[in-house]
Formats: sequence, C-alpha cells, structure tokens
Amino acid sequence: MAGNKTILVVGGGTSGMTAALEAAEVGYDVVLVERQAYLGGRVAQLFKYFPKLCPPTCGLEINFKRLRSRPNVKVHTLAEVQNISGSPGDFTVTVKINPRYVDDHTATTKDVEECPVEISNDFNYQMNKVKAIRLPYEMAYPMNLVADKDALAKAKGDSAFEAFAQSCAAKGIRLDLDAQPYTMEIKAASIVWATGWRPYDATKLTKLGYGACANVITNVMMERLAAPNGPTAGQIVRPSDGKKVNNLAFVQCAGSRDRNHLPYCSSICCLASLKQATYLREFNPDAQAHIFYIDLRAHGRFEVFYEKIKQDDKIFLTKGKIVNITEDAATKDVILEGEDILSGRKIRRTFDMAVLATGMQPNTSVDKVPASGVTYDEFGFVVSGPGIYSTGVGRRPMDVATCMQDATGVALKAIQDAVGR
Amino acid sequence: MEPKTGLYIDTGYGIGEALDIEALKGVATDEFKPAVCKAEPYWSDPDKIEIIKSDIANEGLKAVVIAGPSVRVYQDVFKFDGVITERVNLREHVIWCQPANHEDTQMLAEDYVRMGLTKVTKYQDKPPFTEETVKSILVIGGGAAGLTAALDAANAGYEVFLVEKEAELGGWANKFFKAFTGEPPYDQLVDSPLKSKIDAVKSNAKIKVFASSRVYAISGAPGMFDAVIRPDGPWIDELNHKQDTWLKVQLARQKQAQEGGVAEAQTDEEKAAAGGWAVGEELSLDFPHEKVRVGAVVLAAGWRPEDPAKYESLGYGKYPDVITNAQMEELAQKGKIKRPSDGKDVHSIAFLECREENSENPFLNNSYVTCLVTLKQAKYLRESNQNGRAYIFYENMRTPGQYEKFYQTMQDDPGVFLSAGKVVGVSADGAGLAVNVKDTLLGEQLKVKVDMVVLATGMVPVTEDSAVVNLRYRQGPFLPKNPYGFNDSHFICFPYETQRTGIYTAGCVKSPMDFQGAESDATGAALKAIQCAELVSRGEAVHPRAGDQSYPELFITRCTQCKRCTDECPFGAYDEKPDGTPLPNPTRCRRCAICMGSCPERIISFRDHSVDMIGSMIKSIGVPDEYSEKPRVIVFICENDAYPVVDMAGINRLQYSGFVRFVPLRCLGNINLVWIADALSKGIDGIMLIGCKYGDDYQCHFVKGSELASYRVSKVAETLQRLVLESERIQVFQLGIDEYGKLPDMINGFMDTLSQFDPNPYKGF
Repeated sequence: MAGNKTILVVGGGTSGMTAALEAAEVGYDVVLVERQAYLGGRVAQLFKYFPKLCPPTCGLEINFKRLRSRPNVKVHTLAEVQNISGSPGDFTVTVKINPRYVDDHTATTKDVEECPVEISNDFNYQMNKVKAIRLPYEMAYPMNLVADKDALAKAKGDSAFEAFAQSCAAKGIRLDLDAQPYTMEIKAASIVWATGWRPYDATKLTKLGYGACANVITNVMMERLAAPNGPTAGQIVRPSDGKKVNNLAFVQCAGSRDRNHLPYCSSICCLASLKQATYLREFNPDAQAHIFYIDLRAHGRFEVFYEKIKQDDKIFLTKGKIVNITEDAATKDVILEGEDILSGRKIRRTFDMAVLATGMQPNTSVDKVPASGVTYDEFGFVVSGPGIYSTGVGRRPMDVATCMQDATGVALKAIQDAVGR
Repeated sequence: MEPKTGLYIDTGYGIGEALDIEALKGVATDEFKPAVCKAEPYWSDPDKIEIIKSDIANEGLKAVVIAGPSVRVYQDVFKFDGVITERVNLREHVIWCQPANHEDTQMLAEDYVRMGLTKVTKYQDKPPFTEETVKSILVIGGGAAGLTAALDAANAGYEVFLVEKEAELGGWANKFFKAFTGEPPYDQLVDSPLKSKIDAVKSNAKIKVFASSRVYAISGAPGMFDAVIRPDGPWIDELNHKQDTWLKVQLARQKQAQEGGVAEAQTDEEKAAAGGWAVGEELSLDFPHEKVRVGAVVLAAGWRPEDPAKYESLGYGKYPDVITNAQMEELAQKGKIKRPSDGKDVHSIAFLECREENSENPFLNNSYVTCLVTLKQAKYLRESNQNGRAYIFYENMRTPGQYEKFYQTMQDDPGVFLSAGKVVGVSADGAGLAVNVKDTLLGEQLKVKVDMVVLATGMVPVTEDSAVVNLRYRQGPFLPKNPYGFNDSHFICFPYETQRTGIYTAGCVKSPMDFQGAESDATGAALKAIQCAELVSRGEAVHPRAGDQSYPELFITRCTQCKRCTDECPFGAYDEKPDGTPLPNPTRCRRCAICMGSCPERIISFRDHSVDMIGSMIKSIGVPDEYSEKPRVIVFICENDAYPVVDMAGINRLQYSGFVRFVPLRCLGNINLVWIADALSKGIDGIMLIGCKYGDDYQCHFVKGSELASYRVSKVAETLQRLVLESERIQVFQLGIDEYGKLPDMINGFMDTLSQFDPNPYKGF
C-alpha cells in the first residue's frame, strides 16, 4: 500500500511469525528478524500441541508456506537487534546479521553427515550431539545449512576435516569460516517485540535434583525425548541407562508459583504434563504416569482434555507438593518426597524418571529491548513501550493459540502507527 | 505445445547423476515439444534465473516448468510475472527416495515431467474476482471486546458500525463493581476500565453506534455484506424461536443421515423458517431499520451468566441468601454488603465453585475467570467489612500468569480462608446458612456457618441462545460450532477463522476470558476483519490460502441441482437460486476446492485447478503393460500436510516403492471420484489417498476435507463393481505431518496388498 511504512517484527517464533504475516496479508511491508538460524522458535521443539495432540510442524508449515508466497515480508535469520532509536512512526533500528558460515543449494543434513566435528545439540537441549554443520531441523525455514564456526575452526588442518571440506565443495556446499557479521539499518514505523521465553533454569532448583540425578529432566527435554526427530528418535528412555521408562513422575510448579523462583504461574505446564503423560502412555502402554500438582490448571476448553486424561487408569493425579528429589545410587531411580495436600500425609515414592514442569521466563527478563521508554513488570514481562508492542510470552505466559490470537491483535497496533496519512 | 513452454531440468543435487537426463529431455521434447528444454545444475542461482528470464523475453514463453527441488524451496525465486510457473519435484519425490540409475526411477521422473507439462496446458487465463467491495466493519456487541474492536479498526482508518442491544455501551464489564485488569501490580482492583473506552468510541467520527439495536439479518459476502440493523424489540424472541425450531429439524436430519437413513429434501417451510424468511427472497423490511454495507464482521456479542437454577443442590432458589457471582456484583455496587433476606450486614460468605453434574463438559464455561471473580468478590467483602471472613472452596484454583500474585495477596489475607474441597450441600442454620464440605485441607468433613453463599456460576456465550448474526445463508442463520461448542473453525492454529468467511469472533463468545484477554482478542479480530476486506478488494482469498486469486467457476447449464456443492462446502459459500442451482459467492470461498470434488457433473473449476487438469495429468502417466510387473499406483496427497510428509521422507532418504505417482491436491476433500474411475479404467492398479487426521480434533485446514474424502471413497464401491475390481485397490490413509517415518511402510504395505491381485485388466485400453 503506497505511503505506508514498514513494520519491524523482532522474534521469529509463533508470535512473531503470526504478527508479521497478519500485517503483511493486510498489505503492509514487514521485516522479520530472528536470532536463531531458523524460524519457529520454541514451538519447533515441541512434539505435539495440547489439547489436540497434533504436530506443531503442521502449524509452522502453513506459516512457512504463507511466508514463501508473501514477498512483502523480508526475513533475516541469525539477526540481533542492537539498537533502536527514534520515535513511533520513525524508528531506526540497527541489526547485526551473523553469518551462516556455509552456503549451499538447500542441501540437507544427509549431505553433510560425513562431517567429523560434532557439537552439543541445543535444539535437543544438549541431550545429544549434532554435526557442526547441519540443517537446524528437517522442516527448518529457511531450508539452509548452518555451521558452527568455533567448532569447525578448531578442526581446521585435521585430515578428516579437510577431506570433508573437499567433499562439501564437490557437492556445491561452500564453507566460509572467515565470513564476517555485518550490520544493517532498518527504518520502521513500529516494532513488534516477540522475543519469547526460555525455560526456567532448573539447576536453580537445587532440591529437585536436576543435574544431580541422572534421571531428572525438564518438560522441554521431555518434548524432545518423545519427538521422532529427537535424541532418541522418540524412544522415551532413561538418560542414565537407556531403559524404557515404565514409571514416570511429573513434578508440577517446579520453581513456579514460588516466591524464590518464578512467583507467577506459567499457565501451560499443567496441560503440558497432561499431554506428556499421553506421550508415555502411547509409547509404552504398560507404563504409568504420576502427576503431582498443587492446582491442576486446565482452564476453559482445556477442561475437556483434562477430563479425557482422567479417564486413563494409568495416569495418576495427586494434589501434592514435591519438595525433594534424590536418586538411588545403585539403580539411578529417582526418589520423590513431599506432601499430599489433601491427606496431609508424607509422600515418598520411587520412579524410573522424573520430569520437572519448569515454567516460562520471558527473554526480556534478561535481554531488554534496546530502546528507551520500555517498561517491564517485576518479573521481566514487557508492559509497554512507545511504538513498541510486546506480544506472546514476552507479555504474559500463554499457550500457543493465545499467542497467535495476541500477535494478530498486536499486528493491528503496529499497523495503526504505520498507516500512511 | 500450448502455451509456449520452457522446461528447465535441474541436474544439481545429484539429479544429474541419478537420472538419464538426455532420455528425460527426450520424453519431454518427443511428447510435448516445449519451446525450450534445458538441463543445468541449480536453476535457482541468480545467473540461471537470468537465463530463464531471457528465454521468457526472447522466446515468448507463457509457461515455465522447473523440474528440480520441491516447491517448498525457492518459491520466491521461481516467480516470473505473467508466466505460469510449475514445479516438478525430481529431488524429494524421486532421486532422494529411489535408487539411482534404475529403470523405475527413470520412469517415475519421466511421469512427473509428463504431469508437469500436461498441467501447464490446462491453466486458464482468468482475472481475479473483483467486484466493487467496501472496507467498513460491522461490530456486533458493545462490551469490552466490541468497543475495543471498533476503536482499533477506526484507529487504523476504517469506518465502523457498532451494534449494541442495550441502551448503554459497556456490556457486563461495565456493570461490575470493580475489575481486575491484568496490568501490574496485578493485585489491585480498579473501577471499570471501560469508561474511557466508551467515551473514545462515542467521540470517534469513524464509528457509528446503533444502541438498543440488534442485527436483524446479514446477507451477501465478504466485501459486500448487507446488514439490516433493527431496534430491539419482541421480534427477536420470535426470530430466535423460529431459528431454534429450524435448527432442531436440521440436527435431527443430520443424525438421521449419519445413522444411514436418507435425508429428505428440505421443505419450503423449513427453508423459510431458517430466519423467518425464505432464502433468495427479497426481505420485507416493513419496520424501522437501517441497512449498512460492510466488508467484514466482528462478532463480539459476549456472554450471559449461566442459569443458576441447576444448582438447587447448592441451595439456589431455596435460600434467598444463596446468590450468584453476577448478583454479588450488584450487591457490592450498593455499598456495604447486606444480606438479600433481611438486609443485615454480611460478615461471612462462602464462595462455592459450580460444577454441573452429569454434564459432558462440567467446567467448560467455568474458567479461570470465575476463579478470579471469586477472589475479587472476597476482596469486596474484606474491603466492605474489616471483620468479614471469606471462605473459598474449590477443586483447582486457576489464576494463570501474573494473576498468581493476586491469589498470593489473597492467601496472605487472614480474613480469607482458602481450601480445596468438594461441597456436599448447603442448608439453613439458624438465621444463616451451613455449608458442608468434604476433602478439605482441614480434614475430611467440614461444616462452615456463613451469612451468605455466592455461587461461582459460569459464563455462557450468547451464541448458545441465538444465532445473533442471523445470516441469510442457504446453510442457515447460525455460525457453525466446533466440537467444543465454540465458533472457531480450527482451534489452535487459526484462532479467528470461523466457518463463515469474513465473520470473526472476539471475546467471550469464543471462550471465557478476562478483560485483558478480551481486549487483545478483539484487536486481533479487528485485524482479521480489516485484512479480509483488503484481501477481497484485491480479489484474493483469506486465510489459509490468503493471496490465492483463483475462484470457483460453474458451468451451470450442466448442473443437475444435486446440491452437493452447497451441502459440502464447509464455509457456506453457496446459496441457491430459485431453480435449485447453486449461487456461488466467490468472496465467501476459501479456495479449498471441496466443491470441485463434490460435483458429480464436474462443472466446478478454478483457473489453476480443475477436474480436467488433474484428470489429464493422470492420463499422461505411462502405464506399462500387464506383463511388465510394473504396477502403477496414484497417490492423492493433500498439499498442506501430506506433501511436506513426502518431502521429509525424501530429506531423510527413506526409500519406498517406485511404482507410486503423487498427485497433490489443495485439500484431500478435492478428490473427485471421476479421477479414480478414469485411473482405474486406464489400467492404474491402485489408488491411495493420504490426508490429515479427522474427527473432533481434526487437523484439516478446511474443517472436514479429509473426512469428506473418506466418505466419498466409501461410495466408490459401485465403480469397482462395474469394473470388477477388488475394493482393496482404493484406500484412504490419515497421516500427521511429522509421521514421515510411517510413509514407506504405508506405501509398501499397500503395494503388498496389491500384489495379491492380478494386474488391473484395463491396461492398454
């Protein structure tokens, strides 16, 4: 639309992609910047959505499809916003673009599986290794390889690596470890801030055994463990010995609703655990899942899902607070201790594995919006900013559907500043 | 060949090594004679794009076929203005899933090239559907959501008509004594946050408010809706009654049809009852009204309190001092909280969670909002009476997000007693009431004496009681409901789409939500309404095929008035003409092409997607003779999920039978049985259909496409019988987008089944 100005969307997860596409489909020019090498954010790492138990990649794919056919959205991955100056209607934003260090013709991980250098796999929350040059995940958008410069630079000169580098060249895959980042300036009328969340650092929950007990994992790790493209190809097995999990505990509010950690409720963890209980039950029909919760917060239409899960006689729900987790030194089983809220009795039970339902912490609690005038609440969620609109979990904890809803609205707020008048 | 076509075979990615490229070119040039046929690596490279562009200019190409990687990559690169661009997937669908330099792999590649070249001959040069459209927005409901939608649309420059049934704007949120806003510091109550919004709406020149009015009828389609706005009156009850009667008949018919009975044709009386009028007839508007033309509609009609009569077991109706949370708001408005029965000061209140016994969804309307209201009203008591005691019994206290802080503040208040517990009953106890609770934090049984009981009743969307939008659609006046009882068509991923294009829901008609939630939801609905108006003005489809400029065209003289298109369209795109033929409304169309599949006369087509196009592609497939032991199977795949599944299988180099030929459809609901019949009669040995999962948690982007496909295929038995073929030759599969690992077994298993039968005897005919 002539006379209208550009909208900048920061963060390419579900919220950011939605805001960008909704504004673009009205007819506005949008620039979407994402810190990672791929779009999709945390949703790309989920196995299924509650309550439909459908694959999140289905929803991502439709958005990628929309992006491919919508030239008025420019996407920059590996991009970091460094500075925002100006005012609503007239912002200047400095963005640093990091190199991919590899240029290819949409090759796939299969084409680089000979790579001798491996790095810890962030996508799988460090549960396995991945090649230092790879496609971030199978459905990644953009579908381009990315390389870890530091790891590869160390291998330079090794004969195995040099041979690999040559085989790449033969396939039209060009490695360039000397590539340099560059900065660009974007003029925008308004900015949507959708930088999302990070899982609360479970190592801070010293009593709950994360890090100390081999078979205590977090809910985000559980998503990867159950996913066919995860570290175990969907096998829900114990990290300590690879044994099939038969008896799994979910510890709700691990650090959430806790004045010493995250005082607020992340609003999705109860549903996530109910959902993850179905992962286990489907993978291993003999297995039991036991959920320890304070309040089971399945609100609105999620009630229907909750009711459905309750029908499963191998999913147990106990209103109880787990305060301590240790491991059996010999078996590596986990021992949960706490209090049954209704009976007042002590809980002490042993499980194959425990999943800590950790909460969502807004990334803005750590990485602030590099602009003046942005206000935050006491937890680090963005409250407001002139011409800068926060959406998704950067605003308050919410599920994916609500993120899409919220981001659609924020697209209109951004448009109001960009209308050519 | 026509149109003048260039074929560009990509030899990169290993394609050149895995296939006999010269032979492939030979097939193309011998059979199709394209104006240009070139093979080079990486046509997506900028210098190669220039070659294509100069061919377009110099040779006057009207179509370009790129045979290389999947359409899922380089879509933005292979884009040539005014030139039909077709992609043939030789990478993911051929060389990555088949052995290199194998006869069958080569035949597969050749068939895909044939199909691609055939497809471009079937494009029709048609302009997009653009009639004169308007971009103004109709907002139904003047509560928190409606006011927000109106204001946000107006602030983006759009004209708005706002209809509110009551004399005053504000809805429920304005009637409340105090509100929680979801703004920091999160534990404070404020006066109604709507006052300033109401003023802003009233003073906005772009918003016209119709108070004490309702929508009498909406006809037309996105970009050209005509809404009749009528002052409120007893007519609405009469209309609701007629619509209810109509709906009951419809539901009974549906049930009858599902149970195998044959649904009778709709009688004229029933049609007329749909909205008190016959569809297609001129509305008689012999009453005061205003008619407005709008581009899109936001339905923000809100909620009403749940009927408390069903909570007799909790003392409602029996004791005057058992009231609902809605009544509590009225009491609190009046100042110091006094008992309804005797006007005495209230010192203690028990707040009880309401759970509808024997209900399928006992808490559906009773959400986190009710928990927050309970906490808020406990605060009313504590602020009204320093010695007041509030007892709150609940099964699960739901205070999501930052509202937890509000809950924590209330927990810290010594006058608020919170406990999990199940209420057994409420009885009279002297001048007060006794509440019996079990399974509490303080023991198994507890009896609490209180002055008053407040029931936390739920919020019922008003669409539960009436159509509100009163559509003059052939499919009736209502917005269809999803299995959860709400109006959105695809829960989770498309939160705003309904089954009536251009009508977007916001606020508590969608789900119980707090003020902040309703506000952000309404802004989103306003965006979608604006977007819809803009898209249709450009002749483009709305979500999820936003930007698609094709639309269905009907060769109506061949129509047999079977009404399948009208019945099967999930979005109510077709009305009906007096002669019984369908009346398409192109701007209501989502371009799923389910109607194209439904039509037995094959008279519905899109400029770039038609029965003839797909049929011709299938006909172009080479069918080896019955002695070759090379069966052929057509696999119809949904392009949304199944196509990427096949790509993912390729990316992971999963191998499967090379005898299959994938034919992508816009939605599996496209499937027209004639393709199956034609394929079988030309010697194709088997047909697979792969689409998304259906049922209550359906994944179909078009609500019921994959389900309809299954239904249609179940009716194909007759064709098979006529051809004397085994029914196992046709199978429908459901596959999630992440289940690519299952694809090889699915295909190979089907091939195993086929191997039990003789080759299709129609080969060579």
